[in-house]
Amino acid sequence: MSQIRASDLIASPHAHDGGSVGLTMRRVMYALTPATLFGLWLYGWPAINLFLVTVASCLVFEFASQRLMGRRASLGDGSALLSGWLLALTLPPWAPWWIGVVGGLIAIVVGKQVFGGLGQNLFNPAMVARVALLVSFPVVMTQWVAPQPLTAPASPGFVAGMRITLTSPPLPDAIASASLLGHAKTELSRGVDLLHAFAAPGAPTPSAAGMRAGSLGEGAALLIVAGGLYLFFAGVIGWQIPVAVLAGIAVPAAIAHGIDPARHLGAAEHLLSGAALLGAFFIATDYVTSPNTAAGQLIFGLGVGLLTWIIRGWGGYPEGMAFAVLLMNALTPVIDRYVKPRILGRRRDGRELAPVQS
Amino acid sequence: MGFMERFVSKLGSHWGVHPDDRKRPAADAPVRRMPMPARLYVPLLQHIGTAARPTVLVGQQVLKGQPVAEPQGMVSAAIHAPTSGTVVAIGEIAAPHPSGLPLAAVTIEADGEDRWADLVGASDPFAIDPLEIGKRVARAGVVGMGGAAFPSAVKLTGSLRAKIATLIVNGGECEPYLSCDDRLMRDRAAEVVDGIRIALHATGARVALVGIEDNKPEAIAAMSRAAEAYGEIKVKPVPARYPMGSEKQLILTLTGREVPATGRPSDVGVLVHNVGTLVAVREAIRFGRPLVSRLITLNGGAMRAPGNIEVPIGALVEEVVAFANGFKEAPARLLMGGPMMGMQLPDLRVPVVKGTSGILALGAAEVAEREPAPCIRCGSCVRACPVGLLPLEMAHRIASADFSGAVGLGLKDCIACGCCAYVCPARIPLVQYFNHARGELAARERAKLRAEAARKLAAARAERIEREAREKAEAAARRKAERDAARKAAAPATTTEEATA
Repeated sequence: MSQIRASDLIASPHAHDGGSVGLTMRRVMYALTPATLFGLWLYGWPAINLFLVTVASCLVFEFASQRLMGRRASLGDGSALLSGWLLALTLPPWAPWWIGVVGGLIAIVVGKQVFGGLGQNLFNPAMVARVALLVSFPVVMTQWVAPQPLTAPASPGFVAGMRITLTSPPLPDAIASASLLGHAKTELSRGVDLLHAFAAPGAPTPSAAGMRAGSLGEGAALLIVAGGLYLFFAGVIGWQIPVAVLAGIAVPAAIAHGIDPARHLGAAEHLLSGAALLGAFFIATDYVTSPNTAAGQLIFGLGVGLLTWIIRGWGGYPEGMAFAVLLMNALTPVIDRYVKPRILGRRRDGRELAPVQS
Repeated sequence: MGFMERFVSKLGSHWGVHPDDRKRPAADAPVRRMPMPARLYVPLLQHIGTAARPTVLVGQQVLKGQPVAEPQGMVSAAIHAPTSGTVVAIGEIAAPHPSGLPLAAVTIEADGEDRWADLVGASDPFAIDPLEIGKRVARAGVVGMGGAAFPSAVKLTGSLRAKIATLIVNGGECEPYLSCDDRLMRDRAAEVVDGIRIALHATGARVALVGIEDNKPEAIAAMSRAAEAYGEIKVKPVPARYPMGSEKQLILTLTGREVPATGRPSDVGVLVHNVGTLVAVREAIRFGRPLVSRLITLNGGAMRAPGNIEVPIGALVEEVVAFANGFKEAPARLLMGGPMMGMQLPDLRVPVVKGTSGILALGAAEVAEREPAPCIRCGSCVRACPVGLLPLEMAHRIASADFSGAVGLGLKDCIACGCCAYVCPARIPLVQYFNHARGELAARERAKLRAEAARKLAAARAERIEREAREKAEAAARRKAERDAARKAAAPATTTEEATA
C-alpha cells in the first residue's frame, strides 16, 4: 500500500450512523404525506394546483438564487421542497396561483437565501412568507372554503379548478365558509357571546377528522398527530417542542374557558382549530429556527403556545400561530445563549464540581 | 434496543450513541499467537509523558524482557526487549500516528531463541508492600492498555496516597470492532481477577467494580464465575453505549459520581484500570515479566481473517496483517484503534505499541464518505455529547477563528469521543474542527511564550546598548576631565580666568 499524504488523512470518527440532511427532510415529508393528501382530497383541484405552484416556485427560487450567488444548487437536500410544502399547507386552499408564487419568493429569497441559505436563517421561511402574505393580502388570505371533497359532486373538476386558481373568481356563498377561530372573533366583535355564536345553526364545529374550513393542510388532526408521532419515533424531533406548544395553548385556554366560557374558547376548540397541531409538530420544530437544547425547546414551545393563544384571543387576526412562531424564532438566539446543557463535572454556572470524599 | 427502552431513552437525556458494534465474528474466533518476526522496532515513547532513555548500545546482545530504555521524569515508562537478539539500530522510524513523523526507536534483530532474561516473580503478591508493587509495575513498563497508555505505576501509587475506596475495572470496550478485552475476559478471567486482587492490594481499595458492556455476555459470565469466590469483586454489566469505556462515563454509570471537569478519578475516591492492564500488572508481579507483547484485534471488512492475535510489541503492522492472511480487498481506510477514536495509519510499516488495541482495515462500504453539508442546527450532536457540550456552536466559533469563544463553550472539556460527528446528518467533521482549534490554541500559547522571550531579549539588548552608550559617555567625560585636569596643571592661570568668566 502506498504512502498517504498527511493532508489526506481523515480525523476520527471513521464511522457514521448513516443519516443525512436529505434523509431527515424526506422523513418530514413522509410524515406530512397523509395530512397533505387528505387536504388535497378535501379541497379538490384548486388546492392541488396551489400546492404544486407553491412547491414549484420554491424550487425555482432556490435554484435561481443559488445560481445568482454562484453557489452549487442544492435542491437535492429537499429543504426548499419542504419549505414550499409547509407553506402550501398553511395557505387558504383555493388561493390564486400568484399567492403561491409570491409566497415561494418570500419564503426562499427573503426568508432563507438572503441570510446565507440552509441553516443560516433566523426565521422560519414558510412562516415569514405566510405572515407577509397575510398582512399584504388580508382578504385573499382569509378566504376559507367549506370542504368540497374531490369525490363530491360539488367539487370543481380539473378545468373549473384551473379557472379558480388562475382567475380567482368570487366564491359563491355556499362555498365560502368561516373558520372556527374567525367565526369566534367576528361574533365576539359583534357583541355576540360564544355560547350563542356556536349554538347558531351552521356555526363551525371542531373536527378531529378535519372536515372543516381552514388552511389546506391544517385540518386533519389525527393524521397530523400520527405524522408527528412518526417523527418522534424516527428520532427526527424531540417531544419537547410539540408538547410545550400544545400545553402553552391548552392550559391557558382551559383555565380561561373555565372562568368565562362565553368569552373564551375551550382547550379542545383551540387545539383542533387553526394551525395548532400542524404548528406544534411540523413548524415550531424546524431545527434551524428553534433552540438546540431540551430545556430551551421547552421554553420556546411554551412561548409559541402561549403567544398563539394570546394573539387568537386579543390580537387583530383570528389565528396567531405564524406570528407566535416568528416571535419565538427571534428569541431563539437569546434562549440558546442562556440555556445551555450542564457540562459533565461542572455546575450549571460552569464552575467545577468539588471533589467527593470517599 | 426494545421499543420501550427506545421510548424511555427518547424522553430523558441520554448521552452517547449506539453504533453497530461489529465485534463478531472476530470476537468469537480463538486467539492466535504471532510468531516472532525477524526484526522488532520498539519506540521509546509508547506512553503519555516523556520518552524513555535508551540504556543499550548498538551491537549489544539483549535477552527477552531486558530493559532497553529507562523512564525519564515523573511520568514515563520503561521499555523492554520483546525478544532476545541484537540491537542493530537506535534511531528514527515512522511513528504509528497519522503524521507518520519520525520517532526514536530501538531496533532489535531477533536471534530466534526468544530467551527470557532472569525474572524475579513473587509467589505471594499480597505479602509485598503496596509501594513495592508500584515500583515493580514501573520496572515492568506497564501502561494503560485501553488506549491512553498512561503509566500504570503512577496511577497505582497515586491512588494509594489518595486513599481511594473503589477500583473500577474497565471491561467496557465500547469501541466498535474491538474485542481484545472481551477475549481476555473470556479466556483468562482467573488471571484478570488475580490482577484485580493485586491492584486492590496495591491501592488499598476495598471493592472492585468490573464494568462490562452487556453486549459481551460470555465475558460477563466468565468474569462472574472467576470472581465468585471474592466478595470484594463485583461484576457489573453496563448498557452497551458508546463511550461507556470512557473513564468519567464509566465512573458515573457504576458509582453515580461525577469526576470534576479538570479533576481525576481519585477526586471521587476511584481508580480506573483496563482489564488488559491488570493482566499486565499480574504478569509483572507474579512472574516479573515486563510488558513485551499484547493482544490486539484485527478487524474490518477488508481483513481476510478477522480475530485477536497475541503480538510482540514492535512488530510491524504489515507483518501482523500478513500473518493474518492479509486483505481480501484493498482497504479503503487503515486504522490503529477503534473507528470512533482510532487514528488513520499513513502506511503499514509502523510498529505495534503498548497502547495498540486493534488494527482495522475498513472496506469501501464501511467508510461511505460524503461531502459535508451546511449545519441545519438539528441538535443531534448536542443530544449525543456525553459531556454536555454544544458541538455545533463550538464548530461555528472555530470556523470563524473565534477560538476563545470555543473554549468558553467548553472546548477543553471535550474528550474527542466522536459521538457528535458520528450522528451529524450534515457530516460535518466536528472532531477535526476541535483538533484544529486545540492545535491552534497550543500554537498560540507557544507563540506567546516565544514573543515574551523575544521581548525580554530585546529589552535586555536595549538596556545593554544604553548601558554601553552611557559607559562610553562616562568614559569620554572622564577622559576629558583628566585631559582638562592635565591642561589645568600645565596652565593654571587660564583655568582660573575661565572659571571666573
